[in-house]
Order: sequence, then C-alpha cells, then structure tokens
Amino acid sequence: MTARALETAGIATVVIGSALDILQRAGTPRIVFNDLPLGNPVGKPFDSTMQNESLSAALNLLYTAQSPGAVQQLPNQWSASEGWRDNFMAITPHNREQLLLLGEESRRQRLLNREQGLFRP
Amino acid sequence: MIRYIERTKAYYRAQGFEQDYQWAMNVETPFSRPARPLKSARITLVTTAVVEPSIPKPIRTAKSYAFSDAPADFDTAELSWDKITTHTNDRESYFPLQALNARVAAGEIGSLAPRFHFIPTEYSQRHTRNEDAPLITEHCLTDAVDLAILIPL
Repeated sequence: MTARALETAGIATVVIGSALDILQRAGTPRIVFNDLPLGNPVGKPFDSTMQNESLSAALNLLYTAQSPGAVQQLPNQWSASEGWRDNFMAITPHNREQLLLLGEESRRQRLLNREQGLFRP
Repeated sequence: MIRYIERTKAYYRAQGFEQDYQWAMNVETPFSRPARPLKSARITLVTTAVVEPSIPKPIRTAKSYAFSDAPADFDTAELSWDKITTHTNDRESYFPLQALNARVAAGEIGSLAPRFHFIPTEYSQRHTRNEDAPLITEHCLTDAVDLAILIPL
C-alpha cells in the first residue's frame, strides 16, 4: 500500500519480497521476487553476491518495467533441499494444542492492550 | 512457491481465530516512471524492520529516520518471518544500505536520500492506507526522492 501511495505521488517504486501472492493481491507496481524463506528478501544472509544481484534486478526493473504489476522472479534458491517450505506456519499433530494456546494468549494480550489504551484509534 | 495467504489463514484458524484476515486487494495499480536517470536519481529505502522496539507494537506508527541513525541491527523479533529456517543477523539481507552506498560512491546511483522510512506491519489496512503511507509519501516528497525500494520482511 505504501508503494501505491508513492507511485501516485510520482515516485517510482520497486518491492523486493518473498511473499509474491500477498504482493500481487495488493496491486504492487513492481516486484522483484526472491523465492526464499521470509526474513531475507534481498538474499541469503552474508551472501553479498546474491544480495547484489537482487539490488541490480530491483534497480533495473525500476527503469525497464513497461506497465504496472511487473514481476521479475530471480533464480535464487535457499538450498538444494526444499524442506524449508514446510516449516513456516506449519500445523502438525504435535503443535495443534500449542497453537491454540498461542491464539488464546494472543487474544488475551489484545484485550489487555485495549484496556491499557495501547491501540491506534 | 509458498501460497502465504492460504497458509496464514490456516495457521490463524488453528489458533482459534474465527475470522480470516482480509488481505489488501486492489485491481488497479498506480505506476510512475522514474523522473531521472539512475545516475542522477535520489533513492531511499522503506522497511518493516523495527528501529525503536521500546515503542509497543500496537502503537507503532510510520516514522522516518536519518540513514546515519540506521541501527546496526534492526529489531525483527516481533515480525513474522521464518525463524526456523533463517535469521536476520545480516542487515544487508533486508536493508541493503552498504550495497546502496557502494553504488552511490561508484556513480551508478545519483544520491542516497537523507532519510529512510519505517512502516509498521499493521493489522489494520486503514492505518497503513490513511496514515502511514501518506506520511512516508510526504517525507519522500520533502526529500526529493525519485526512487524507493521497499523491502518488507
């Protein structure tokens, strides 16, 4: 949404991100997509080659995109194994109870925040 | 490719939340071409990584900071990223300031803007749309920014 506001004001934007479905749904003007675990959209930690390639792609897309919604997917991989894809927000028979507790705690905290005035009007 | 919307919905349902989060959806997309060639353009960064963790998450709002005040390590503990697989100990992996500075020094990019910008990951689309995004846009216009790279964790 911030990219959209900037573009409307005449500032060209590019998002470097790893959650393509969310970015596309939001109507993001230009996207450089790294299919990596969430947390390091520019590239693997301490892999300056990968990070520099992502930055080059972003700078390039700013100037080459011809229409809104342009996506450039980079070929970067996290590892030879694809196992990491199962980790994020995994729901397993072992963590079901823990997730419910997490939800209860989160709802309790939200109420507490409201009572204490910790919310944006 | 991971379908994050589906996965997030399932995850929060498993936590007992009854209503799914409504992800922002827009059909039309605004689009501006860069006002200047890269060699003379002024660039900035927009991040969701937290500069001031002392401000409680529910009341964090968008804020702009001098690049010289960028923390060596932002606080990312409260953000939703893959904490099993990776880490955020390398700032360049989500806030490539050194890489940008190198390109400015090499003459590839005109200049770095005086400020970068923090946008909180907000549950409320209204806060982002009506308050945070307009504030950051105003600051970017003040700073005569031509290009913005946004990097949500």
